Amino acid sequence: MMRLPPFTYLAPRTLGDAATALAEHGRDAMVVAGGTDLYPNMKRLQFEPKVLVGLRGIRDLRGVRGSAREGLTIGAGTTLSAVAGHPEIAARYPALATAAGLVSSPQLRNMGTLGGNVCVDTRCNYYNQSHEWRKAVGFCMKKDGDICLVAPASPRCWAVSSSDTAPVLWSLGARVRLVAASGERTVEVSALYQDDGIAYLAKQPGEILTEILLPPADGWKSAYLKLRRRGSFDFPVLGVAVALRLEGARVGEARIVLGAVASTPRPADVAAAALVGERLTPELIARVADLAAGPSKPLDNTDFTHPYRKKMTRVFVARALRALAGLDGSGRPVEEVA
Amino acid sequence: MSAERTQGGSSAGSARAIDGGRFGRGAEPPSERKHEFSVVGRPLPKIDAWTKVTGETKYADDLVLPRMAHGKLLRSPHGHALIKRIDAARARALPGVYAAVTGADLPRVKFGILPVSQDEEVLCTEKVRMVGDAVAAVAAVDEETAERACRLIDVEYEPLPALMSIEESLAHPEIRIHEYGDGPNVHKSVALQFGDVEAAFAKADLVREDVFYYEGNTHLPMEQHAAVAHAGPDGKLTLWSSTQTPHYVHRVLAKALDMPAAHVRVVATPVGGGFGGKTDPFAHEIVACHLSRLTGRPVKIALTREEVFYAHRGRHPVLMWLKTGFTRQGDITGCHIKTWLDGGAYGSYGVASTFYTGVINPVTYKMPVYKFEGARVFTNKPPCGPKRGHGTPQPRFALEVQIDKAAEQLGLDPADMRRRIAAEPFTKTANHLTVTTTGLVECIDRVVEASGWRAKWRGWRFRAPASPAQPVLGEASEGAPEGGARRSEAPSEKKRGVGLACSAYLTGAGTAIYWNDMPHSGVLLRADRSGAVTILCGATDIGQGSDSILAYLPAEVLGIAPKDVHVHPADTSLTPVDLGSYSSRVTLMCGMAAIQAAERLKTVIAKAVAGKLEVGPGELVFRDGKVGAPEEWDKAVTFARAVELAEAMHGVLAFPGSYAPPKRAGKYKGGGVGPSPCYSYTACVVELTVDEETGEVELHDVWIAHDVGRALNPLLVEGQTEGSVYMGIGEALMEGQVFRKGVHKQPSMLDYKSPTTLEMPEVHTILVETDDPEGPFGAKEAGQGPLLPVPPAIANAIYHAVGVRCDEVPIAPEMILKGLERRRQGKAARVGPEKIPVFKFKEPLVVESAFGQPAEAIAVRPFQS
Repeated sequence: MMRLPPFTYLAPRTLGDAATALAEHGRDAMVVAGGTDLYPNMKRLQFEPKVLVGLRGIRDLRGVRGSAREGLTIGAGTTLSAVAGHPEIAARYPALATAAGLVSSPQLRNMGTLGGNVCVDTRCNYYNQSHEWRKAVGFCMKKDGDICLVAPASPRCWAVSSSDTAPVLWSLGARVRLVAASGERTVEVSALYQDDGIAYLAKQPGEILTEILLPPADGWKSAYLKLRRRGSFDFPVLGVAVALRLEGARVGEARIVLGAVASTPRPADVAAAALVGERLTPELIARVADLAAGPSKPLDNTDFTHPYRKKMTRVFVARALRALAGLDGSGRPVEEVA
Repeated sequence: MSAERTQGGSSAGSARAIDGGRFGRGAEPPSERKHEFSVVGRPLPKIDAWTKVTGETKYADDLVLPRMAHGKLLRSPHGHALIKRIDAARARALPGVYAAVTGADLPRVKFGILPVSQDEEVLCTEKVRMVGDAVAAVAAVDEETAERACRLIDVEYEPLPALMSIEESLAHPEIRIHEYGDGPNVHKSVALQFGDVEAAFAKADLVREDVFYYEGNTHLPMEQHAAVAHAGPDGKLTLWSSTQTPHYVHRVLAKALDMPAAHVRVVATPVGGGFGGKTDPFAHEIVACHLSRLTGRPVKIALTREEVFYAHRGRHPVLMWLKTGFTRQGDITGCHIKTWLDGGAYGSYGVASTFYTGVINPVTYKMPVYKFEGARVFTNKPPCGPKRGHGTPQPRFALEVQIDKAAEQLGLDPADMRRRIAAEPFTKTANHLTVTTTGLVECIDRVVEASGWRAKWRGWRFRAPASPAQPVLGEASEGAPEGGARRSEAPSEKKRGVGLACSAYLTGAGTAIYWNDMPHSGVLLRADRSGAVTILCGATDIGQGSDSILAYLPAEVLGIAPKDVHVHPADTSLTPVDLGSYSSRVTLMCGMAAIQAAERLKTVIAKAVAGKLEVGPGELVFRDGKVGAPEEWDKAVTFARAVELAEAMHGVLAFPGSYAPPKRAGKYKGGGVGPSPCYSYTACVVELTVDEETGEVELHDVWIAHDVGRALNPLLVEGQTEGSVYMGIGEALMEGQVFRKGVHKQPSMLDYKSPTTLEMPEVHTILVETDDPEGPFGAKEAGQGPLLPVPPAIANAIYHAVGVRCDEVPIAPEMILKGLERRRQGKAARVGPEKIPVFKFKEPLVVESAFGQPAEAIAVRPFQS
């Protein structure tokens, strides 16, 4: 079987100790919470940390505080199962509960954390392979190589943002708290990501993501749809997060964010703007879905063909909007929609 | 999952009267038996169920021996390359490394499972032929050290162009993957003809030509291959391995290690899923033995999941051209099939696989004239071999989809058409195979009834596309129901459809892998004074339940409980040879051997007990752990007492049982592949929904009726059937062993897409019993046949739902959208391969068709008395 390479595991009990340990070991260190992404990547030598700073012993990182009326604060170490099953999240931020509940499989959701999913490494089927496989195909720039195997002429890495929760948190207007030994800051989720498969997080190496802050839920409706081959286990190859605030029958505010079609969650702002001030009619939904497909620019480095993922963007955006508009009236259950 | 069983016995079923009722109750026992079944037919747990579910089962990777070292193989990163230099010195120098070897350290012999394809090296010496070929190996204190040491082995390669498809290999005869075979990069070419196909087509009212492609896929067992070798200080060698074929591994070890077979022992550990993937001898098994000889330590090698994808031996990708003539009523006048198999880098079972893409086809339906041409092509990919259904799911897909198309053109209900053309019992096929019983008609009737086919199918909804290449039978086509039959349903992007398909499969290959006149399966049965019976048999339980069968059958014969039978399987030093768990042979062959041994024991016991009770031996009944005369049951002795009486009279009670299949091979070259003691039959209906916006397919229900001859344990048969359905669904909708830039695209459990439980529909299993005279208590196979109709039934249901013909699997959502787009453009809504390779098959061997000749009801078998 594949074995983990040797490493030193530190188990701080406080956030301060964790931040200090991370600062002390610099680039040799990585943090680990659930380990569902990190350990397999270590076995394949995608990550080669000498030191792991374990976050599981830090109580402050777990749990949900506050209320939907004032805004919820979710500890980054809260498991995805706990997020998916949290009654207030399920009722008031349904897209987040849906997205958390669609990550991987039940066993991995019991270990994996919300913070881990927000920070999950970008994926590419030239990169998520063993060291021997990558050697056989010729290493890529994300690890051990010089070029991008998906787009060899490109100067950058095109690995895919593969978080289910990131596009949802972005669409909900969430923020995250980042703590380092030198201090802390709070940033919008939209500012946490950048469109580069390697430097996909706008986060300093010494910073630990500690909390996810959700704004008040009042008046907002949200939905998340996920494209993948199977009903479990698979990462998204397209995610559609939609959040709307309705004013009477008209849309007051709207955000549409696409997952897994770029190295970052990608907002479909033009499409969202076309919703504002309008009634959610089938005609409007069709027009907005077409607009939303514009920013969807997948490449051939995940499951399914990339033209198919592009084509499905329109279908999924339309379905998410129809569900939020209650237009899906044929009596069938709308399975993937929160 | 639900299941039910029926007894065959309609005119379409067995020619022999059916005995016994449901679960062995409620009917008169047959005259040759003294009582109704006590074990056979009961849904008992497997004898290893408790150890499995509690995690007690010791798989090969669970074995830990004192001083054991861990081995690792260094594998080629090149698809095709010459090895210029290889140096393991740096690996040997690493602390913790006990040994590092290359091919130069091993006997220079090639090996392979088939005598005609000895083309594998344990560690490649001059040339590598695929990414994943092993070139060196290390034994070290732990797996981590072994892995690090492998990276220190220096190998200098001179890359050669890698040929990654049938077309590439045929187009580049100047690049040779192997020097042997039936032509440049052609491993095997076969051409057989039974009757005059051209004359048969001339008689037909409709002749269809279609091209199909079936993508390769892999077994994906939960357990990765593992082996532990121990070369003892006495110079003898033991290998524990997760193998389906310990006997063949035994033979290969002796050859590859150049040591006497008499000093080699192979023990098959419990196998955590095989499906044909552990049926070859593998480099890691041989290397573990060699490293153990060098180090004097036990050595374990456990493959990673990625390495299992390279070991492979899975489903061949097959391109097929199929031409069939039909009468207006749906009868087949003749059939001609050409198959091209992408064999990968080595021979493996490929010669047999090539034959199997042709020779089983005439078993399902009346096919009076038949021609088959097949060619297996070498490519620089992991070798393909036997996977559940071995070479037959691919042509079965082609045939069943083509029959569906023909039924549409002829305006026939595809269920009625198949029912009409089902093979007749106790007849021979065009290619001289003997069909004994067949429950196919009953299988069709049962799935039609259970699925509500008549109410759901309701005619052809989409007009068959007329194209110049496809002669359409004018009258029948115009008379065919068309759009008017479409149900009125709410406008929706989700469309429902049903599809049907049938199949047949062999119950054990009629010939061994190497030519010999010895038994295919043997047991040794010993009765103990405790009342226990011990059975030793070389059969390997890969989850199908052969250990349990080996307990049930002696228990049935001797009237004791299965728990009183100790089963010792698959140890070449202790157990008589069973050839292995492949070709659905084990229940029948080891079952027959077990019954024979048990009957021999029973005869001896009866003689002793008869003397004691002063009755005739023929009056005695073995039942409920006792032996006695039914009229004086109060005087019956316990089985343990009966054993004592018998042992006192006869000495040690140990009896062999032997089985070899009837010698029915067709008297022509190639006639040895295809014969089987009997064939199982299956019919399947699938109901599904297609999302016209996404192309996604959702399966709702699968009704599957399987003629298993007799369900020795209906629970196990249902389990095999459901497992086959699951595997068929994966092959139909998502699984693909595919390559990109010369490497396997997704060698992991995450990225090689196989269905999860969430993709499983409700499976309704119906067991049909025909009580075949060749099988143990009438039983046929159940492990492979039920897979076969599933992919074509899905393709046919997709057509019924949305009018798109998918002539290729796996059927991805993109393909369905492409078909729908073509339909919108008024084109033929077909997706699938467009052309066939330019390839000249050799002149066919022309043999007279044996179609319809009567078959003797019960054949004479070797070792029968």
